[in-house]
Amino acid sequence: MPNRDRILLRGAKLICPFSGLRGETLDILISGKRIAEIGEGIECAEVFALDLSGLYLSPGWLDMHVHLREPGREDEETLASGRLAALSGGFTAVCCMPNTDPPVDCAAVAEEIAARASEGTGADVFCVGAITVGRKGGRMVEMDRMRSSAGRVVAFSDDGCCVQDAGVMRRALEYARRFDGLIIDHCEDHALSSGGQVREGPCSFRLGLRGYPSMAEEVMVARDLLLAEHTGSRIHLAHLSSARSVEMLRAARERGVRVTAEVTPHHLFFTDEDVDGLDPRFKVNPPLGSREDREALRRALADGVIDAVATDHAPHSLEEKEVEFERAPFGMIGLESAFSACCTALLESGSLDVFALVERLTAGPARALGLDPRLYGEGIKKGARADLVAFDPEAERVVDADDFLSFSRNCPFDGMRLKGKVELTVKDGKLFFPPGSRLSGSIGEARMGRGRACGSVADIGCGAPGADADDV
Amino acid sequence: MDAAAARRGRSLIDVDQLTPAEVHWLLDTARSFEEVSRRAVKKVPALRGRTVVNLFFEPSTRTRISFELAAKRLSADVVNFAAAASSVVKGEALKDTVLTLQAMGVDALVVRHPCSGAPGVIDGWTDAAVINAGDGMHAHPTQALLDCYALIRRIGCLQDKRIAIVGDIMHSRVARSCIKAFTMLGAEVVLVAPPTLMPAGLPPETRFSYVLEDVLEDCDVFYLLRLQTERQEEGLIPSLREYAAAYQMDARRLGRARPHALVMHPGPINRGVEISAEVADGPRAVMLDQVTSGLAVRMAVLFMALGGKEGGDAESG
Amino acid sequence: MGSAQRIVMDARDVERAVRRMAHEIVERNRGAEGLAVVGIRTRGVPLARRIADFIEELERKKIPLGLLDITLYRDDIFDRPQPEVRETDIPFDVTDKRLVIVDDVLYTGRSVRAAIDALMDFGRPRSILLAVLVDRGHRELPIRPDFVGKNIPTARSEKVKVRLRETDGCEDQVVIMEGGL
Repeated sequence: MPNRDRILLRGAKLICPFSGLRGETLDILISGKRIAEIGEGIECAEVFALDLSGLYLSPGWLDMHVHLREPGREDEETLASGRLAALSGGFTAVCCMPNTDPPVDCAAVAEEIAARASEGTGADVFCVGAITVGRKGGRMVEMDRMRSSAGRVVAFSDDGCCVQDAGVMRRALEYARRFDGLIIDHCEDHALSSGGQVREGPCSFRLGLRGYPSMAEEVMVARDLLLAEHTGSRIHLAHLSSARSVEMLRAARERGVRVTAEVTPHHLFFTDEDVDGLDPRFKVNPPLGSREDREALRRALADGVIDAVATDHAPHSLEEKEVEFERAPFGMIGLESAFSACCTALLESGSLDVFALVERLTAGPARALGLDPRLYGEGIKKGARADLVAFDPEAERVVDADDFLSFSRNCPFDGMRLKGKVELTVKDGKLFFPPGSRLSGSIGEARMGRGRACGSVADIGCGAPGADADDV
Repeated sequence: MDAAAARRGRSLIDVDQLTPAEVHWLLDTARSFEEVSRRAVKKVPALRGRTVVNLFFEPSTRTRISFELAAKRLSADVVNFAAAASSVVKGEALKDTVLTLQAMGVDALVVRHPCSGAPGVIDGWTDAAVINAGDGMHAHPTQALLDCYALIRRIGCLQDKRIAIVGDIMHSRVARSCIKAFTMLGAEVVLVAPPTLMPAGLPPETRFSYVLEDVLEDCDVFYLLRLQTERQEEGLIPSLREYAAAYQMDARRLGRARPHALVMHPGPINRGVEISAEVADGPRAVMLDQVTSGLAVRMAVLFMALGGKEGGDAESG
Repeated sequence: MGSAQRIVMDARDVERAVRRMAHEIVERNRGAEGLAVVGIRTRGVPLARRIADFIEELERKKIPLGLLDITLYRDDIFDRPQPEVRETDIPFDVTDKRLVIVDDVLYTGRSVRAAIDALMDFGRPRSILLAVLVDRGHRELPIRPDFVGKNIPTARSEKVKVRLRETDGCEDQVVIMEGGL
């Protein structure tokens, strides 16, 4: 009987932007929650060994933009289900947005979320606090108290309720300088987007739906860039969707504005033409853009002007989505399809290589957030936390939303044949096999933590989930 | 015949699901049906035993009556289900309404809905044929077909005719379906609207103008759209009178048009806004022809949706 | 056309049969008074027109002629492919007329039933008579012809095909084809 606390991952090609690994084939020995040794042909008795040859292994990914719905809409997602869905998609850390009920606009809510998210197996959860009380665009939240609480608040954003008043936004940016905090903005001018359902242009004309012009995003991007430039504060632009936004971002970066940005897999994959079937699963905010927009986003991601891929994972119940397009809420889930969508959209087209993609899923978002490496980003090195993901960017999969660990199914990738598959996620030294992983067979059925097709937490790795905490 | 055989017992969501051959088939069938309305007994037993539900989520007396009469003249049983958008609200309510009607053995649903795309969504929930009687700003296929019918009856054919659609193109489902139908039958369409009511994303080959005078002299038909007073409140036009001054079809403007040029309007008209009373009541206005055509065309559409069966063998006795 | 066919009436047979039926109609009606002829689309129409012309020749009197499309009255409308509906044209008031329905082949009787129903919707004729070029038997309804060009006993598996110069662009003929399709 091998020692259940010691795992040997053999033969994977390592990629790590933090430690500079670029495809070297090395073995990794995990002991407890940490990486004990990295090297060629590690021999070790009394160990559970797993052959990962043919796979890449990188630090677990960071999704800096998810909605986990707890507290408030636990029918759509909970912290527990969302954290497992994250592991299933290869993410070992997520940042959850503050549009819960109640919203994350004070330390107590953030602390409650952090406390709930520390139980059981799943990805680490960081909180994005609101900018204004109630996300109403008025009075600022107690940023400093939230930041220094146990709530793991790493940035501030009113997300879907973009602060419309430039004066309020300016003060928030200025105030955050006290602790060099990060403001994240979902750029949307409500007067311009008002009532818009799909991207204004050929799509809105064809479908007879109110158009949401790309201007609605661009006007706010321009404002935010100017405000950030004047205040010297850090700003992060969420889920960019337009070529013009990218252009302004690029220019601002060149001027030295402290701005970072993210893009979603769905904006990299789909265009407004995909909305033609009026399937409400394609209804997202900002709406899907044109082919030119998609190309600009891919290019900006490739050359690093966009720092991160973030899913904007937005669970919605079937009841909410199975309605007339105009009455359906915005948002799609993405945690469990993100990697396949990225591989298919980016690697296939040659937009970027697997090393760059891993960077945008790890070091990119970590840099944008300015995270303490003890929270995320130690990389693959001896002594680092064993948060890893093994994947095959070439393997094909047919996305089946019924296999998702998320409580929601609003995923337009459902049924699509995509390239890129997560085969194993290691979280704090525990092995997690996503549904359909070809590796799950390498462990006896008896040791599986969960049933068929729901992803399996193997009873291998460090002790009982959440039993000890030697982290920061 | 062959063209229609390919898609029978099926729904009509917008004009572009039909091939030009099918459109011609529908218009020919409508011509045969027009004769029925001239008989002493204005009724044929073609759809006897079939049930048609007029499912209207938006008030519309004219279209509903037109569909109701069309179904009755074909001997179908007709039920009117008027659900004010406010009472039957969102979500499951719509699905449940549709599933309930389906469970009652309804053969066709004629749907009018304020949300673009709703008839298409309903079509996915039911086996009954769904006929779009106008959805949001999306489509109004039977209006476009009846306009074609009325025009063809008046001027023979649409090939190479130039048709100006004038008014609130942006918010008009009629305009969207008419552009498709007129173009399909060979006409050239030119759109005329104030820039704030001209939709973004027109196909690049679309002809358009912001000035009615620019197209006045070279069009065979002026298709006027109703201007909703809300557009003023929404700030899309400064005032109705400024709109009327620039876009109203009045005797002076019509006098400058080609002598045979016709004026159409899907109704209800706003006298004094998009059309002057003199033109509306004049000999070049085709509005009443449009209404008459509506009945025959809707009979043809219902007949296409419900008459006949896939792959049956025809031998007469 | 692989299946065997045999000609049972040629152009002269058709001519003689139609002429004889016109005579019989006039004889039965004791003249042309109140008479009107209605052809069932498609091939009943030219036959009706020929009969009307012969009667006019005999009686020196114009006979009203109507065209009837029975598609919308068929009892098997939902079991057949999408039918083509053509115009019905009854340019006279049928009330109190002695109508003669003309069709090419009488088989199950269902077309005639539909035609009678259709005509009734136009008014109340004094009487309706039925003239057919061919009666091939196998009735499914209590309908019998008043004037028959030729009785041709057939099997159900056979098909009777009437070809007329007006509709088929060839010499008039009636053929029987084996084995349906």
